[in-house]
Amino acid sequence: MSDATIDIDGKGAETRLGPDVSVATAGDFFELLKPRVMSLVVFTGLAGLVAAPGVMNPIAAFVALLCIAVGAGASGALNMWYDADIDAVMTRTARRPIPSGRVKPQEALTFGLVLSAFSVGTLGVLVNWVSAGLLAFTIFFYAVVYSMWLKRSTSQNIVIGGLAGAMPPAVGWAAATGSLDVAPLVMVALIFLWTPAHFWALALYRSGDYARANVPMLPVTAGEAETRRQIVLYTVLTVAASFVPAALGFAGVPYVAVAALLGAGFLYYAVAVLRSPGDHKLAMKLFGFSILYLFLLFTAFIAETAFGVAPLVSA
Amino acid sequence: MSDQHDILPTPLTPAQARARRSRNVAIALALGALVALFFAMTIVRLGGHVMDRF
Repeated sequence: MSDATIDIDGKGAETRLGPDVSVATAGDFFELLKPRVMSLVVFTGLAGLVAAPGVMNPIAAFVALLCIAVGAGASGALNMWYDADIDAVMTRTARRPIPSGRVKPQEALTFGLVLSAFSVGTLGVLVNWVSAGLLAFTIFFYAVVYSMWLKRSTSQNIVIGGLAGAMPPAVGWAAATGSLDVAPLVMVALIFLWTPAHFWALALYRSGDYARANVPMLPVTAGEAETRRQIVLYTVLTVAASFVPAALGFAGVPYVAVAALLGAGFLYYAVAVLRSPGDHKLAMKLFGFSILYLFLLFTAFIAETAFGVAPLVSA
Repeated sequence: MSDQHDILPTPLTPAQARARRSRNVAIALALGALVALFFAMTIVRLGGHVMDRF
């Protein structure tokens, strides 16, 4: 007990005000799950699930998406536990539950581990163990490979670590089919290539934060000019990769039209950032557009599958 | 412990009591949802065979 002992009734009986009991609410724990990140993860997981051949029972599909969401949230909680020291010195993250003192690090660790075990176990028992294995790999990759290893050791942290965020379509596909195929791997590759441009746009805006926290993000280690060039490079690769589903016979004309329009917008913002050194507001516009890009691209993919649009070329 | 110094149960502060209640409700809802999920998936897996006994 950390608090003072007092004689509450004046007769020598002891009690304490405010014992060492957590003040964390359910909302604080929910915040550990990084709900905004979770929503995009669920959406891309849904794309993998919908694109898979065959019809999945809707309850099983719901269970799969719930487990993907909880698993992603669990890895977020583990990341917040491990990165609490970094979060405390960064403006963007200083108000997160651990640095603000609302949740104790040990509580976040326990919460993350329990949810990881439950999400993987439930997916395995109720859906299949291939998807559960992929979900376990995703959590491990984000919490251990990215958070504990890459983030503090290399400027390529977000490039390699982006694989964790790219995995949900593969988990969704595996939940529906019990196996993997080229189509979900193309979706994984697309998100993998999209992540650097998306994240470095934010890192440009927050480079001072990362420098203070000693995190070797690209703008800190290689400078902003090199980061802007790399953003354009990865944007070109992402836009090129967005046409691969159509070329391989997984998508039709509407998807190609949406991919072309969105790709033009993505490239426009990336080049604008390249040509406007120091304009961090423009970098944040690119960050915002990159989220819209991925969301609409996968919406087009899901909509085409739902409406049974014929692929551009025969698979 | 002596007769003169009885240790009373440590009272929670209002904030601690509110937080604990909110956590308890969330855990109850999560456990209930988990039971419902396992029940629903059991029925899904049994499919039409669940009626064979009747």
